[in-house]
Amino acid sequence: MNIGMQSRGWGAKIGEWLITILTYAIAILWSIPILWAIVASFRPASEPMSVGDVWFGSALTIANYTRALSLAPFGQYYINTIIIVTTILVFQIVFITLAGFAFAHFQFPGKRFLFFFILLQMMIPTTALLAPNFSTIRQLGLFDTRLAVAIPYFGSAFGMLLMRQAFLEVPRDLVDAGTIDGCSWWQLLLHIYLPPSVPALVAFGLSSVAWHWNEFLWPLIVTISDSTRPLTTGLVRFTQLGEIGAQWSLLSAATLIVIAPLFLLFLIFQRRFIQSFLHSGLK
Amino acid sequence: MRATIQEKDKKKIPLLPYLLILPTMIFVALFTAWPTVLSIYQSFFLQRMNIAKFREPTFVGFQNYIDLFADPSFHQTLVNTLIYVLGTVPLSMLLGFTFALLVNRKIRGVGMARLAFFHPMVLPMVSAATIWLFFFTPNYGLFNSALRLFGYSGPQNWAGNPSMALLAVMIVAIWKNSGFYMIFYLAGMQNLPSEVYEAAALDGASSWQALWAITIPLLRRTTVFVTTIAFIDAFRTVDHIFVITQGGPSGASTVLLYKLWQVRFEYQNVGAAAAITVMFVALLLVFTVSNFIFSERKEA
Repeated sequence: MNIGMQSRGWGAKIGEWLITILTYAIAILWSIPILWAIVASFRPASEPMSVGDVWFGSALTIANYTRALSLAPFGQYYINTIIIVTTILVFQIVFITLAGFAFAHFQFPGKRFLFFFILLQMMIPTTALLAPNFSTIRQLGLFDTRLAVAIPYFGSAFGMLLMRQAFLEVPRDLVDAGTIDGCSWWQLLLHIYLPPSVPALVAFGLSSVAWHWNEFLWPLIVTISDSTRPLTTGLVRFTQLGEIGAQWSLLSAATLIVIAPLFLLFLIFQRRFIQSFLHSGLK
Repeated sequence: MRATIQEKDKKKIPLLPYLLILPTMIFVALFTAWPTVLSIYQSFFLQRMNIAKFREPTFVGFQNYIDLFADPSFHQTLVNTLIYVLGTVPLSMLLGFTFALLVNRKIRGVGMARLAFFHPMVLPMVSAATIWLFFFTPNYGLFNSALRLFGYSGPQNWAGNPSMALLAVMIVAIWKNSGFYMIFYLAGMQNLPSEVYEAAALDGASSWQALWAITIPLLRRTTVFVTTIAFIDAFRTVDHIFVITQGGPSGASTVLLYKLWQVRFEYQNVGAAAAITVMFVALLLVFTVSNFIFSERKEA
């Protein structure tokens, strides 16, 4: 439908070919870092790492993975990340559903003001407020807990907006019928509003998980021990360990340990992920 | 009908809607509204946690702001931020647009090509940066080898070289973000009416002409949207700087958010950090509010 779909003889055909070859070339170029890391992570640590050595070496080993796992508690980091991401997701899903429902279904004094107050959160990214939020975490006595990493994200203006939009698209007749049948508010929410809004909730959930799985700066500030630290800060700490130095195959293995689960999930549910990113426009 | 039902709801349980939004309100108040107010307040006080006599805040008026603007390293930070943002945003967007054009065609392996462009997006920035660290190293870095092919033998340790450090972190950001912007352009292109292109082709327009006369103008909204998220992202992502350069050498790759972290958590200067926070929030508001106004208009 756009460049070069019209066939115009040989010139156009050759142009078409060249663009296709160019596409493949850039795609390969763009994948070099991840492919390099995958190959390097299976190369013995003693092998040279100059250009070519990594790609065309002969020996393969999983020693780097076992060594990385023995040098840092990646298992614990996994547990921490999973707990943090799940906690955020559960609270967000409950809170955005309730708030979205309130704004979509009810009329009440101060609605507009409260709506814009919540939207404030979309205009001032939480990242910018890390210094004062750190003080708040200290005062709440939450420093160096997994809850500290999760708690600033429990309320989500963006999620609220997304759910409100989804709820507003539910046919009014259905809601009125439910009300006449004597449904209570939570029956209306559960049986009439929620079922058609599940895709919005899934889209929000996927981008929330991806974003918080990858988050680095905030956990760096509010956690200091291995029992609370997530994968991202754990990895950076690992790279700075004295005995690691420039052992690239080991570093690659550690990096892949961190990347693997979300990346595999992404490969399997690629379409859904992309839809969810498109939906949100936020990471 | 609807009004009467809602009337009834309201009379029956007038508190309910407030209770439903209460949790969200509490967390927005605690982690967005309150810290903003707190930063404005703290920015007028001298408070340094690592110096005993300055641990208790003292009112100093605008001194924190004045000191910052008199500090050459803060100037450098502002210049770096400008270079970083203006260097990464347009280029990643242009690449994103180009990638979208390339993969919005019926060619073999297009799914793999899309994946190749998009996959950096789902990697944690710190992991991506850790991989890239290798490519910037002196002896076997990919870049240096590539550059040597062209007879180049200049600075080789990118991360440790003042004139290359900022460029290094910019390259990682561009590599990571282009594919993300691609999906917005790709979605936009797939929604374009194909009749327009058919008509243009009948009128003898070349693909190149169609691109400039149809595709680019019709994707204006996508471009505005992507511009906003790209700018905000450029301001608020510094993870790779922690991994690759730690802001160095001597501040050569320090941008605003990194500086904020450094001032607050390394220098323990609460007042100065609050002043930077206030400026940072004000800067971000310019972009987020303009995006908000734009997206509201789109709905209307």
